[in-house]
Amino acid sequence: MSDWIPLWLHKLGSPPTFYRFAGKLQPWAMTLALLLGAVALYGGLLLAPADYQQGDAYRIIFIHVPSAWMSMFIYAVMGVASFVALVWRIKLAEVVAMQSAPIGAAFTFITLVTGSLWGKPMWGTWWTWDARLTSELVLLFLYLGVIGLYHAFEDRRQGARAAGFLAIIGVINVPIVHFSVNWWNTLHQGSTVNVFGQSKMAWDMLWPLLTMTLATKFYYAASLFRRARTDLLDMEGGKDWVRKIAEDEADR
Amino acid sequence: MTATPAAAPLLEARGLSFRRQDEPVFAPMDFQLHAGELALVEGDNGSGKTTLLRMLAGLLHVGEGELRWRGAPLQRDATAGDILFLGHQLGLKADFSPRENLRVAASLHGCRDGTNAASVLARIGLRGYEDEPVRRLSAGQKKRAALARLLLLPATLWLLDEPYANLDRIGIALVNELLERHTDAGGAAMVTSHGTVSFHGGEPRRIRMHG
Amino acid sequence: MNRPGLGTACAAMLRRDLALAWRRRGDIAMPVLYAVIVATLFPFALGPEDTLLQRIAGGVVLVTVLLAMLLALDAMFASDIEDGSLEQLVLSPQPLALLLGMKILAHWLATALPLIVIAPLLAAMLHLPGTVIPVLLLALLLATPLLSLLGAVLVALTAGTRRSGMLLALMLLPLCVPAVIFAAGAVAAAQQGLPWLAPIAWLAAALVLAVVLAPLACAAALRIALDA
Repeated sequence: MSDWIPLWLHKLGSPPTFYRFAGKLQPWAMTLALLLGAVALYGGLLLAPADYQQGDAYRIIFIHVPSAWMSMFIYAVMGVASFVALVWRIKLAEVVAMQSAPIGAAFTFITLVTGSLWGKPMWGTWWTWDARLTSELVLLFLYLGVIGLYHAFEDRRQGARAAGFLAIIGVINVPIVHFSVNWWNTLHQGSTVNVFGQSKMAWDMLWPLLTMTLATKFYYAASLFRRARTDLLDMEGGKDWVRKIAEDEADR
Repeated sequence: MTATPAAAPLLEARGLSFRRQDEPVFAPMDFQLHAGELALVEGDNGSGKTTLLRMLAGLLHVGEGELRWRGAPLQRDATAGDILFLGHQLGLKADFSPRENLRVAASLHGCRDGTNAASVLARIGLRGYEDEPVRRLSAGQKKRAALARLLLLPATLWLLDEPYANLDRIGIALVNELLERHTDAGGAAMVTSHGTVSFHGGEPRRIRMHG
Repeated sequence: MNRPGLGTACAAMLRRDLALAWRRRGDIAMPVLYAVIVATLFPFALGPEDTLLQRIAGGVVLVTVLLAMLLALDAMFASDIEDGSLEQLVLSPQPLALLLGMKILAHWLATALPLIVIAPLLAAMLHLPGTVIPVLLLALLLATPLLSLLGAVLVALTAGTRRSGMLLALMLLPLCVPAVIFAAGAVAAAQQGLPWLAPIAWLAAALVLAVVLAPLACAAALRIALDA
């Protein structure tokens, strides 16, 4: 059944191989994330010019927008990993899906907090039922549902399968929610501010934004590798390769 | 049944095992079960008897190894009604009478020719209790009501998890008789039990389980 | 050996669940009572001004019905799991999705239908204009089966866990947002004298989709939940 999966991917799916692979990459990803993050913050907070309408308040987009992108990106990763886990019963896919959920929830939470902080000077209120904010809130509940369901099971692999199923239902649900909230917003004529509008963003503002997006991607990779490694050690506690690692650690 | 060669066993397991939380529940197993055969699954508490039966029934996925049915890989959709499973939970609605419970089962599975709920309940020793809610029956009577399903529903392979529990002497003899009739008619059965069981019709096959 | 047809099996399933619900008719009354209590609390909390109540009546009735349904959702498979009859259903030689569809239908008839019947009463208590009530009923007739179907998938997913109603609510919220929006939107539009057909049509479309997909998803979820 899994003929078409390239061999290296198949090998990578085995826990010990992934453990070593992730262990090698993790420090690099973290270093890159910190470096790029620092550069992006410097560029965004100090070098980029103030907005002619919003003044300095707009600078929160250098956090807000990359987190919002990540919140959706990670959900997509979780959905794909869950699908792979359900169809081929690959343990690593279960681990990746379930360990992505808390990271994604954190990014969603950051998006909501920065969004409401930004909303205060812009809209004069901490919270408004804007289509994008509302969809993001629903996304947070989806993440929390997946995490909650995963932890409700005694058997963790069974929990991962059930929560993965929920994540896939969520993938179908998110666009429907977004569409319905949009429709609802036009009905009630909520206060929506389109920040970007049709106008092109100045390069001075764009490059820190893109750099920060890269930084968050690397942070996600580093964080996921770390969480997945810990989880694999925990799940495979009785296996030989884990015992060998424990012995090596003891020798040092 | 001329299409299948006589040599093909009804059920065959090759290197069958199951993992829970990544721990193997039992060592890889190989066994064959032919039509007309009765197999007794033996083992200590926690050796995986119930797990094995639930896996054969199709409630648990096959971890490793292979299951074959009449010589071909077992496919759940094709064998669904041919395998009858009786577990610790009897599958009886407490608010229904034994008769109503049987009627629901029969409308999903169908009936053996020449049987009906009343005759089956009389044979299993529940005459006079047909319309009493299951809630009011004793543990042994509930067990009998569940066993009545074996008589009513058409199936080739019976998977019985602790069928003797809660039964009195007469009940145990009744179960043995049911098993004998079933195997004589070309059916097969796998039975788990702690206690020693004696059959009139020769020595049953024994499958030992090791945790 | 003759296997019963699909029709026989489905009818038997439906009759079984309705008979079981009827033998415990006290449980049917509970969600209704709950909805009445919640709807009564609103005027106490907001004050008895007609105009304010009128404005929120549609939404309040919808949310009340939803909460009452959530209350009863947990019990959809609970007793069947406890006594092992769900295992027997899974192992029966009939398509599981169809049997579950019948179970969902029976559950909807036993819990949501009584709520729809008293919905006009709740709406009248909150001074919803009489002309809007047919739209409210239509919206409820489309939204409640949708919730039953979506809820059934989630209940099936939690079937293997220690029961927790809160988890179910957390999981259901994101899924029911579109249903609530369109149902409430239809009622609000009707109240303002605007065309209300579009949101009703969206609800109907979602319901058709759910009728086809939810029983299949429910069966898959149940197999995952029982597999341990």
